[in-house]
Amino acid sequence: MSDSMIKVALIGNPNTGKTSLFNHLTGLNQKVGNYPGITVDKKTGICKLSKTQKASILDLPGTYSLNASSADEKIAIEILNDSSNKFYPDLAIVVTDVEQLKRNLLIFTQIKDLEIPTLLVINMADRMQSKGISIDIPQLEADLNTKIVVISSKLQTGINDVKEAIINYASLSTKRSIAAEKITQNTITNPELVNSLSKLELKKIQHRETIIRYQFINEALKKSYKIDREKASDLQAKLDRVFTHKIFGYVIFGVLLLLIFQVIFEWSSVPMDFIDGAFGSLADWTKETLPEGMFTNLLAEGIIAGLGGIVIFIPQIAFLFLFIAILEESGYMSRVVFLMDKIMRRFGLSGKSVVPLISGAACAIPAIMATRNIESWKERLITILVTPFITCSARLPVYAILIALIIPSERVFWFFNWQGITLMLLYLVGFAIALLSAYILHKTLKIESKSYFVVEMPKYKVPLFKNVAFTVLEKTKAFVFEAGKIILAISIILWVLASVGVNDTFKNADQIITESVSKNGFNEIQEISLSNKIARYEKSLVEEAVEAKKTITALDINSAIAEKTPAFREAVIEDEIAALRLENSALGTIGKAIEPAIKPLGYDWKIGIALVSSFAAREVFIGTLATIYSVGSEGDDEEANTIKAKMQSEVHAASGKKVFTFASGISLLLFYAFAMQCMSTLAIVKRETNGWKWPMIQLFGMTAIAYIAGLIAYQFLK
Amino acid sequence: MLTIADLQKGEKAIILDFPLDTIPLKLIEMGCLPGNEVMLIQTTLFNGPLFLTINGSNIAVRKDTASQILIDKIV
Repeated sequence: MSDSMIKVALIGNPNTGKTSLFNHLTGLNQKVGNYPGITVDKKTGICKLSKTQKASILDLPGTYSLNASSADEKIAIEILNDSSNKFYPDLAIVVTDVEQLKRNLLIFTQIKDLEIPTLLVINMADRMQSKGISIDIPQLEADLNTKIVVISSKLQTGINDVKEAIINYASLSTKRSIAAEKITQNTITNPELVNSLSKLELKKIQHRETIIRYQFINEALKKSYKIDREKASDLQAKLDRVFTHKIFGYVIFGVLLLLIFQVIFEWSSVPMDFIDGAFGSLADWTKETLPEGMFTNLLAEGIIAGLGGIVIFIPQIAFLFLFIAILEESGYMSRVVFLMDKIMRRFGLSGKSVVPLISGAACAIPAIMATRNIESWKERLITILVTPFITCSARLPVYAILIALIIPSERVFWFFNWQGITLMLLYLVGFAIALLSAYILHKTLKIESKSYFVVEMPKYKVPLFKNVAFTVLEKTKAFVFEAGKIILAISIILWVLASVGVNDTFKNADQIITESVSKNGFNEIQEISLSNKIARYEKSLVEEAVEAKKTITALDINSAIAEKTPAFREAVIEDEIAALRLENSALGTIGKAIEPAIKPLGYDWKIGIALVSSFAAREVFIGTLATIYSVGSEGDDEEANTIKAKMQSEVHAASGKKVFTFASGISLLLFYAFAMQCMSTLAIVKRETNGWKWPMIQLFGMTAIAYIAGLIAYQFLK
Repeated sequence: MLTIADLQKGEKAIILDFPLDTIPLKLIEMGCLPGNEVMLIQTTLFNGPLFLTINGSNIAVRKDTASQILIDKIV
């Protein structure tokens, strides 16, 4: 940060449009981080004021006052009270909402007590006329000892006036608005006072202080703030009568959720297919273009595949956060918090747990970060602990392939079929176990923490595009970077484990397979996989001909197939070698080592490998199985069908019984529903709870539940 | 004595007093102070939180908090 940069701190109540102003001032030059050691979002950005001058803007968390009763407020006080703090601003901008001016001015009078150059911004000017509000600005400026800029973050008016005021910050008044002697025991200017008093004494003083401040504000506003109540429309009240209705309120919320999830699945399937294809081709291209060797394999199979595993989830996550951002920006989400509080409280959660739980359906990482606004530590901790039970995007590909394998696709009635119903049940099971474990934690955790619930119901408003877009960007970034680095690292580790041999079979895999094939010919399974490849080729030939509007005879097809068959045989042998290598690699050894433990659940060592790899990210399950079952990864739609066929014909080596039966399939589905198989989530939980204790409890607890559920399911169904 | 929890939907009252040790400071900062007006907007099922207008702000609080705030009904 250069010295010529003006340091600005934005401060104000939540829902005043503070973040909108921040977005207008900084545009994309912003970043969100953490204050060292605590989990309070730190938003900073750079604003270009003129050709030569820039300002660094710090967006402090939205708070109602500077009384240090939450981590958010403590940060604000620490920064504003300490001129040696590196964030200490040259000027403070207090953002207020014209309709809530009285309440919003409380924090303004506190900031003024700190004698920092202060600018008062009154936002939502576009609403003044419709609400019948008029303000005598010069009068109010004189009474409050400040400069006032009136803006509309919706219409983007007044933003340049704010910039101009920042440039001329030196001329802003540093005089208090309330005479110092009026508040004899001032906890804002005298932070030592806070530590020397008992909690109740402190509250008494703060209470008295608040009354004096409000008296002053009322006096000031009486002279300059006029509101013509006749003009105020009651649309807001009408909306609330519907959205917070005792019964319709819940119905509307339920329908809205269903619609949102429906739309997310529809919208994200196209970009996801595209990403899947693109990374598949990129890996192939890398292998073909670069010289053969360890590094190329690492790049294609470790790094590119790992990156693909991250990027593929961006569409679903971005779409879900788009909807959540719209619901929050519009003011509706606060109503949901209000509606759901009592229900959630029975399970030891808070109404505010609803947002993290919904977000968990995309990805647990941003969801766990969204628990920060839950005031009670116990409620927040329980929310953090149970959120990973919610079915996240990474579970879906695993569910999809297992369901396709063991559940018939018959229609039941209307458009429902058994497969769809199973998927829905899995979502419900995840949600139910989240609530159940929350209830148990609520009853067993001995944490004293005051649970209070005071939630402002902001005015309904049309969401601002910029705010929504920035939120989506920020949440998606949290996923990509937080989860990304770990998924990538583990993908590489797994690749290494899979590429390191533990015996001679690994080294001589190609020789062993080639010899066995030349001596005995293809076995049954190899024949199936060869005929699958041929069938697929035949289908593509026909499709090509249809597309080119050419006729193709059976003879043509046969000769084309005959020509290609040696190559296909070669590919089958290659796949077989890869499978044998994996079996005798370090990873294969791990799979075999855990086989006794997972046998009662109906799994063999191959599934064991897939379970271990799933700790990188759950969806790695499929890719691992593809390699083990020597399908090869060709990255097209047919691949899934091939894996499916392979899984279907897979038998236990000892007994010759099928591996994937209804029983073992359900057992696996439940295992994936409950197990804590996401290192990235554990890392975030460690950060949010300040230690390894809770993530370890989560890891062992969830995995134990998964094991027991899988065990019961398999033993009963087999 | 009446408290906010005794209000019917749509009724208004003036805040008289509350126990300082148990009422969250945040509520006080939002304008829940003796002499200010409070109105009950909406209730929820199973004795859930109350939706109030206090001092011109819409605020939801739990019933146990509301039942500690003494009021005088405006008729």
